[in-house]
Amino acid sequence: MKPMILRGRIWLITDENGNRFDDIDTDMIFHNKWLYITDISEMGKYAFGNTSGWEDFPEKAKEGDILVVGRNFGAGSSRQQAVDCFRALGIRAIIGESFGAIYKRNVINSGMPLIEAPGIFESGLKSGDVIEVNLETGEIKGNGQVIFRAKPMSKVQMDIYQAGDLFEYGRTAEGKR
Amino acid sequence: MSTIVERIFAEHSKGRVEPGEIIWLDLDVRTARDFGGPNVVKHLKEHYEGDYLENPEKTYFTFDLSVPAKTIKYAINQQICRRFAKETGMKVFDVDAGIGTHVLLEKGIVRPGSTAVGTDSHYNILGAIGAFGQGMGDKDIAFAFKTGRTWFEVPETMKINVEGDYKWPATARDLTFAVMGELGSSGMLGKAAEYYGDAIDRLSLDGRVTLASQTTEMGGIIAFIPPNKEVLSFVEERTGEPVKGVYADKDAQYSEEIDIDVNGLEPLMGTPPKPTNVKPVSELEGMEIDSVFIGSCTNGRYEDMLAAAKVLKGNRVKEGVNLRITPATKEVWLRVIKEGLVDTFIDAGAVVLTNPGCGGCAEGMPGLVGENEVELSTTNRNYPGKQGPGKIYLVSPAVGAASAIKGYLTTPEEVVK
Repeated sequence: MKPMILRGRIWLITDENGNRFDDIDTDMIFHNKWLYITDISEMGKYAFGNTSGWEDFPEKAKEGDILVVGRNFGAGSSRQQAVDCFRALGIRAIIGESFGAIYKRNVINSGMPLIEAPGIFESGLKSGDVIEVNLETGEIKGNGQVIFRAKPMSKVQMDIYQAGDLFEYGRTAEGKR
Repeated sequence: MSTIVERIFAEHSKGRVEPGEIIWLDLDVRTARDFGGPNVVKHLKEHYEGDYLENPEKTYFTFDLSVPAKTIKYAINQQICRRFAKETGMKVFDVDAGIGTHVLLEKGIVRPGSTAVGTDSHYNILGAIGAFGQGMGDKDIAFAFKTGRTWFEVPETMKINVEGDYKWPATARDLTFAVMGELGSSGMLGKAAEYYGDAIDRLSLDGRVTLASQTTEMGGIIAFIPPNKEVLSFVEERTGEPVKGVYADKDAQYSEEIDIDVNGLEPLMGTPPKPTNVKPVSELEGMEIDSVFIGSCTNGRYEDMLAAAKVLKGNRVKEGVNLRITPATKEVWLRVIKEGLVDTFIDAGAVVLTNPGCGGCAEGMPGLVGENEVELSTTNRNYPGKQGPGKIYLVSPAVGAASAIKGYLTTPEEVVK
């Protein structure tokens, strides 16, 4: 069993004015000039490379960190690299107000926990806070207190997460159905 | 009582489906491009031992980004795909073919009611003929290559009615901008849509492609334009078989209904930093420009080439401005040459007509902008830095061509008498 409760330091992805940064598209996350890259270990250094104010994210991020992002995160292209660049940096989970449809699938299929949390930016969280996310219930805790109730992960999401990724899920009874 | 997506999904799974339900969806077509393709091959080789394709006849590579390969990295990547295709018996639409989704339409590989997926976020362009198309990442597509199916959450459907009359110089692109201005960047987020109304009925196939190409920019999964006679006969001609449309039931359930009035529509544009930041061209008229790009999956059809030629005929592009034109496919490109549009383009001066493909959307072709460059472009995205450090204003081909002649943003009436 993979852990159902994740603990980590968060990065609250805000714009230059400290506000919720919406509509961050995949070209801001992982620019198209790096699309030829197929090796995941080379992808981390380009994460957020075209996102104003976050260009140095790869140096700042640590293994086990959690991203908290705004609305329609990952809009735009279908590139898996825009997810894999975060996995390469060891990002443990992505919590967001909402996600671009293709991006959401790409996160789920890679086996990375994705939590939909509309309204999370009003919860008072700030970068550097350490939180605990319960993937089954959607409860987010800070300092032992519940500070936000997000949507629990769906069954297919949980199944893929537990299997490891889409390919492993495809070998399970559920995935063969 | 089903919407179009529910009907198509029911026919490609275990039967009746409900919004919110997760289903296994059978796929009629699955493709990967020169971007994503090598990653797909890598996943397949890593995760499976041989027997990589459920059905090579339904599996394609379509090269359209860096065509022919502009860098060694892309040359290597394309060759990985070609070799894999040879090994497995799947087909390649190579660097001469043009934009993959458009090739699927032209070659009769998809039809109304088909399910198709590929590594292209504008894959939902197939909604233009009433097919289900979906862009996906390379893991999803590798799984689709191997199994011929994908997991999918049945989306809710919204109904969008577009009514009203407009005339030249307003075009399908301006109707599309009107819809985008109304819905915004997440107005369709995670949903399917169906377009209705007299303004939609009148759209040509090329106009439908333009409208459908912007579904992703509104956050949509798929937006269907129910096929009319013109579309059905196009598909019949291309598939060589009788074809039926898939339509919604009269009592289908919609999550919401939106009415958009396009009566007397004027030319519109998508201003930085996002495509849904829509303004009338008249508001910024006179803005100096450096370059114009006409092409992409949004406005690279023959009708778009014709719209540009109509404006350029007998005129000359302003000195210092460069106009680049990239037809969507080989078929469009050949027609531009054979029917003499190429002469109009050349006579207008300072024009580059390139081989078919995606244009500047991913650094492989024209449509890129340097520092401080202001470009008018018929592509579909203008996010900061995507096509270079300059600024991209999205416009119709007619507005782009007219502005190239004047050297500043203007509407076509200024140059066509």
